[in-house]
Amino acid sequence: MSFDLNLILDSLPKMLAGFGVTLQLLVVSGLLGLILAILLLLMRLSGKFYLDWVAQVYIYIFRGTPILVQIFIIYYGLPQFEAVRDSVFWSILREPTGCAILALTLNTGAYVSEILRGGVLGVDKGLLEAGSALGMSARQKFIYITTPLATRLALPAYSNDVISLLKSTALASTITITDMTGIARTIVADTYAPYEVFISLAIVYMIFTFGIQKLFGVFERYLGRYARREE
Amino acid sequence: MTDDNSRPLIQMVKVDKFFGSFQALRNIDLEVQKGERIVICGPSGSGKSTLIRCINRLEKHNAGEIIIDGIELTDKVEDIDAVRREVGMVFQNFNLFPHMTIVKNLMIAQQLVRKTSKDESRKLAMRYLERVKIPEQADKYPIQLSGGQQQRVAIARALCMEPEIILFDEPTSALDPEMINEVLDVMVDLAKEGMTMICVTHEMGFARSVADRIIFMDEGEIVEQAEPAAFFDNPKSERTRAFLDQILSH
Ligand SMILES: Nc1ncnc2c1ncn2[C@@H]1O[C@H](COP(=O)(O)OP(=O)(O)OP(=O)(O)O)[C@@H](O)[C@H]1O
Ligand SMILES: [Mg+2]
Repeated sequence: MSFDLNLILDSLPKMLAGFGVTLQLLVVSGLLGLILAILLLLMRLSGKFYLDWVAQVYIYIFRGTPILVQIFIIYYGLPQFEAVRDSVFWSILREPTGCAILALTLNTGAYVSEILRGGVLGVDKGLLEAGSALGMSARQKFIYITTPLATRLALPAYSNDVISLLKSTALASTITITDMTGIARTIVADTYAPYEVFISLAIVYMIFTFGIQKLFGVFERYLGRYARREE
Repeated sequence: MTDDNSRPLIQMVKVDKFFGSFQALRNIDLEVQKGERIVICGPSGSGKSTLIRCINRLEKHNAGEIIIDGIELTDKVEDIDAVRREVGMVFQNFNLFPHMTIVKNLMIAQQLVRKTSKDESRKLAMRYLERVKIPEQADKYPIQLSGGQQQRVAIARALCMEPEIILFDEPTSALDPEMINEVLDVMVDLAKEGMTMICVTHEMGFARSVADRIIFMDEGEIVEQAEPAAFFDNPKSERTRAFLDQILSH
């Protein structure tokens, strides 16, 4: 078997043209997912059993099913309902990109809320007692003690989730989206050279992942500045 | 309210506390006058921490009454807040906020709870840091300080709220021996200034020289209370004697 270097040099710029779409899927669903995750977290911590229960069921469903299936249900399934087609969301849901972002958001939100909850549970109870003893309200303790410390605790697991979200965006190519993977599949269909094309695609994702890791590394060091003895 | 001199600052009447079916406090009656210095001692698990944590409602008692400076502790949030404004607490593990600098640790509750301005709270924070003799550590993070320094910061943090009463829960027992005295010195100074203090501690030297009254607890009960001289030299109860023998033997 031969390995065609020219083909790689040829297809790399084409795939990189899809970088914008991949980045958009990642950033938009990452941010919306984070907001959703915080809502779910607050529901779980609300102390109201019905809110907690709804959040738990939601998390169970979205963690318990493959994201590809979730994308298909949203893309192929939702338009069958007239109510969906008549709703204000139709302008988003008729577009494959809207469906992909929705699916990725709903999925990552479920995972991230559990990651954040782990961070919240990891905060030393003694610090909250100190806050109470100083007269701080539950809200003040949550904002000034729990949130910053839980963020720091959750960050490593969160950065992992962002990386796996990046890789999940590749699934968007199954519903006609021309992200990097979508473009790679078109090139393969034209050239019959899956080996070269997919290997270069894999390398592009690896470089992207490396960048995300570095970025979170900087963030972790910043948030962890108080946890180091030497300065 | 505070002008009424005859009424004790802390009044506990027939207080019971349960954790599930386990009874941690039994029929506690305790009165503490303004300016009194109380030391509580007793074996592990005897309910010392639970008792003082009931005073600022870190634990909720199940029966009896707790009245702090005329305010009865109930589920009413305003009353709990009012009591917590009068009662400071120092913990065994310091419990400084690790993500805030030392001075910020001292400012945060002033700003949030007492609504003091940033400048005012910084000024007061620096004043109390000077009192515990570590103003030069103001901009460090807690982890950069020794245990003794951290505990002094924790005392300063409680003082910044200008409480009527300070509760100490074994403030020196997490410290290396060479750091115990620097913390006890600060506590002795506080006692001299007339602060009302309740200290759970096994530092019997401190108890003897500072306490007005020593309370011995065992199995959730106050077994005996007396002035230091009487307590050490002439304990009435067999349980107190056994306890003293044990801790004074080493
Ligand atoms: N949150 C809790 N849940 C269940 N049991 C508890 C809880 N807190 C304390 N206890 C129990 O109540 C009893 C009294 O505890 P407490 O902490 O008041 O003892 P202590 O006298 O302070 O002991 P030590 O010297 O070890 O600090 C112990 O048997 C303890 O196991
Ligand atoms: Mg204790």
